[in-house]
Parts: sequence; C-alpha cells; structure tokens
Amino acid sequence: MFHLHFRVALVVLLVAVAAACGRGSQPSGEGGGALITLDGSSTVFPIAEAVAEEYGKANPDIRTPTVGISGTGGGFQKFCRGETDISNASRPIRPAEIEACGKAGIEYIELPIAYDGLAIVVNPGNTWATEITVAELKTLWAPEAQGKVTRWNQVRGSWPDREIHLFGAGVDSGTYDYFTEATVGQEGASRGDFTSSEDDNVIVQGVSSDGLALGFLPLAYVEQNRSRLTLVPVDDGKPDNGAGPITPSADTVRGGTYQPLSRPLFVYVSRKAADRPEVQQFVEMFFSRDDLVREVGYIELTPPIYELARKHFADRRVGTAFGEGGSQVGMTLEALLARER
Amino acid sequence: MSGTLAGGGAAARRRLLDLTFQALALAILFLALAALGALVADVWADGASRLSWDFLTGFPSRRAENAGIWHALTGSIFVILVTGALAVPVGVGAAIYLEEYGTRSLSARIIEINITNLAAVPSIIYGLLGLGLFVRMLGMGRSVLAGASTLALLVLPVVILSTREALRAVPPSIREGSYALGATKWQTIWYQVLPVALPGILTGTILALSRAIGETAPLLTIGALTFVAFAPDSIWSPFTVLPIQIFNWVSRPQAEFQVNAAAGILVLLALLLTMNAAAIWLRDRYQKKLT
Repeated sequence: MFHLHFRVALVVLLVAVAAACGRGSQPSGEGGGALITLDGSSTVFPIAEAVAEEYGKANPDIRTPTVGISGTGGGFQKFCRGETDISNASRPIRPAEIEACGKAGIEYIELPIAYDGLAIVVNPGNTWATEITVAELKTLWAPEAQGKVTRWNQVRGSWPDREIHLFGAGVDSGTYDYFTEATVGQEGASRGDFTSSEDDNVIVQGVSSDGLALGFLPLAYVEQNRSRLTLVPVDDGKPDNGAGPITPSADTVRGGTYQPLSRPLFVYVSRKAADRPEVQQFVEMFFSRDDLVREVGYIELTPPIYELARKHFADRRVGTAFGEGGSQVGMTLEALLARER
Repeated sequence: MSGTLAGGGAAARRRLLDLTFQALALAILFLALAALGALVADVWADGASRLSWDFLTGFPSRRAENAGIWHALTGSIFVILVTGALAVPVGVGAAIYLEEYGTRSLSARIIEINITNLAAVPSIIYGLLGLGLFVRMLGMGRSVLAGASTLALLVLPVVILSTREALRAVPPSIREGSYALGATKWQTIWYQVLPVALPGILTGTILALSRAIGETAPLLTIGALTFVAFAPDSIWSPFTVLPIQIFNWVSRPQAEFQVNAAAGILVLLALLLTMNAAAIWLRDRYQKKLT
C-alpha cells in the first residue's frame, strides 16, 4: 500500500522534471515572443514601471513589458549582452560600457525621459542652515574631510559649534555617483564616515529624527516627506544660471537653474529592438505620457526636448551624446542632445 | 549532625541552581517568542487592513492602492514547486548512495565534507553560480527554471544532510530482518528503509524549501525581475517572487507602499505556515501508517 503512494509521487516528480526539460532550451523574453524587457537603474524604475503598466492596460493582448532593477551598471551589462531590449540609466553610458556594447555589436539609441533632482535636506529644527554653497558641500563631503570636518562651524563660521551628522545614499547607487561628481568633483570619491543606506527611506528617517543632521536625497523622497524635512537651497556660485541659492523645484530643475544637483534620466533602446512595432509604440509613451513622470515624483522634460528625443528615435540615431561618458555636470540637455556624435 | 546539615544545604543549593537554570531558559524562550510576536503584531497592525481578495489577485502598479501580489505569489509557489522537483530526487538519491552504498570509500568521505561545507556557503555565491551556469551557459535565460535550479543547488546540501540523518535513524533490525528474508540491498532500501525514513526526509525537505522561499539575494543576482504584470505560465517565463516585491515596496517614497509591504509580508508568512503545516501533516500521516 505504501509503495504505491511512493511510486505515484515519484512518477509525478519525474513527469514534472520531464516537462521541465521537454520544452527545449528556448530562453524566454528576448527574441521569440513580443515581450519587451527592461532592466537597469532603480531610480528610473518607477517611471519605467508606470509606462509599462499603462502600456499593458492599452494593449491587453500583448504581454506587459517586464522591468528589472539591476542598477544602471548591472543593467548595461545585461543590455550589452543582448539580454534586454531597453536599459534604464540614471547616468549616461560609460566608456567601458560603450566598448562592451560595441564588441557585442549592440547598437543603442540614447533617449532622455525625465529629470531627477538631488535635494540637500536638514532637520526641521535646524534654524541656521538656510542655504549652502557647492564649495561648502565639497568641504563637507570630500575624502579629506573624513574625521576632520565634524562640526557645523567648520563648514561656515557663522554656524553653531555643534556636531554635524551626515546621511546619504549607499556607495553602490547612481545617486551617490552623481552627488560626488557634482559636489566633490570626482565620481565615487567622498568621506566614508556618514550614515549610508541603499534605502532612501532610512535617510529620511535619520534626518527627520536628528536635529544635527544633513543629508542628500532624490527629490521624490522629499516631496513625500515635506513636513519631516527642510530643503536647503544650493548656490553653485555661477550667476549665469540663476544667481544666489536656488531651492530645488520642478521649475528650477527643468529651467536648469538648480545646478549642479539635477540630472537627466535615460532609457537606452537597442537598435535591433527599435524595429519591432510594439517597442516603437512603447517608447513613444515615454514622450507622450509625461504626466506619468510627474505622478511618480520626477520632473518631466520640456516639450522641445521630448520633441528632439522623439526625432532621434525616429531617425534611429545611435550612439551617445556623452562622448567622455559618465555623469556630466552643468551642461544643458538641449546643448548635449544637439551635439554631433 | 553537622554532616546532614551540610548535605541538606548542598541539596538545596543544587535545587536552587536547577530552578534558576529552568527560569533562565524559560525567560530566554519568552524573549524569543515575544520578539517574534511583537514583529508579527506590528506587521499585522500595518498590513492587515490592506489584505483583500483584490490585493491577492492584483498585479503590480505605480499606485499603491491598485497594486496586488498575484504575480509574486504565483511566482514564489511555482519556483518552490520546481525547486522541490529538482532538489528532492537528486538530494535523496545522493543521500541514499552516501549512507547505504559508499560509506567507506575515500571519495564518499571527500564528497561528504564538501556537502557539509556547501551548506554554509552564502546564498549570493549560489546566485553568481546560477547566473553563470544556468542563465548564460545553459541558456535558460532569466526564467523560472533558472531561478528554481539555483535555489535547488542552494537547498541541496540541507536535503542531503537531513535525508542522511533520517536514514541513519532507521533501526538496524529492520535492515537485518529484510536481509534475513533474502531481500537484496535495493529491495531492502526501497521497501523497508525508505518508508521508515520518509517522515524525516519530508520534514527536512520542507524546512529546506521554507528557507528557499525567503531567499532574495540569489534570485536578484540571476536577474529575477521586479515588475512582472503576469503570472508565470511556464518554466521559461520571466518571474518575480514575494521577497523581491516586498523589498521593492519598502524602498518606495510613498507611505502607502509601506502598508502594501506589510500586507505582502503577511502573505509570505501565511505561505510559509501552510508549507510547514503540510510538512507536519504528511509526517504524522506516514508515522501513523507505519506503526
């Protein structure tokens, strides 16, 4: 009686395994079906997710595109192996990645889709830090500051002689890369003695509960926690793009005056995938549905830039406008896009 | 007289020591249970209001109130089923060989040491192996099969070790009785030893799979996705699992997503409890049958 049960169980298992092997080794996603696959930056994820969701609703007969979070670098790794159709990036493609894509014969169309701003925040109880300059941010965050710049009055003489507690994004994030490039002047270089987290909600929590805290955060997180954080206007010392300290907002980011802590976000579409009609339809939604960008907490591009991006896509203009690669600070998107490549 | 007094004192001391230890052990047990209880109560308070049929059968969304968990729930169940289908036959087979056939050979001893070591390897390493071997070399892509194969490797050592324990616990008299009746080694294993060991094997297997269902790191490494708006329909389908969806919700700026995350945790806990309950039920069922 017992071994009958056992045999039945074994047969079921074998059938399951056989079924598993029987379908041949056709990898899903790429190639075969109509499925559109995206991967890359966690910053761009909410936008890609919103567009994919809306696309799925509008096209119930096609499988809704899938979106992964491998980080900008991890996304490009997969993209340049031909494993994804579209790569989400919170910074332009880097030389090493350009090379990897080139070797694999993957051509790509670079499309800006939104702006993201990085905000400098302090505790609402902080009465003194009503503005900060980029030079002061550099003094505070440079690698040399580690263990030395530990009090507010070391950053600016008029600020109190009290300890300063720093909070920021984890060193593996694109947010950290961009912040260090924009303030310290070198991507990935900063002091190490700050509270870092890959989860930005931890930083919100930290700054809102510590009266001596200063931190940097993507704007979307500030929007959601307005009452718990105070924004610090940033002065880049360059009067030609807005004089004096500028408070981050949709207008100052889009207008290019909140510098250098605002950045464009991109999607990179594989040239091969761009020939598929469903991909064309999907990419078009990045340009036409800028309301989705605002809804998930980011800042939409201006209409002329969307128009330019749309044209680049229609022309299948491959390559990057960021010849030197990596994060580019302080150049307007119009100027960059118009650049020959 | 003084001797008896001293003896009484020593006995009292021993009794006191005994009681102290008992109280201490009880306190530690309560501490552990209280921590667990507080965690569950906290998650329940946050997430219970979000639990609904719509939440269970819904797909992911940028709007927290529309977002559901069906894709991740089915993904988790599917991945675990395939993991079991891959890990159990291989694991039990390996354990039978090591325990019944190859106990004395040098190679078996080397394999044994390696399996024990493998049980302690961090799960992310299995993720990297899965990415290189299953996703790329064997061309499985970022599919349910690739994820399940990776998790199967991860739990294999645990399945092998617990199966060996179960086989070792089978009384020698059963084997000897079988041999005495003229049964071959294979007949003895198949008709006598395995049925007796089955409850133990089942318990170990379900515990191993319970561990696998909570794993995130190896699946993220092999490229499990975050936004998948459909339930996986074949082993080649892209997928996501509950822990990945929960992590994604926790890291969102909007507070409503935190509620979704709490509700997602409750769903994951319920799934785990169901699996463990199934293990206990199966074990009791077979134990009763055999005695």
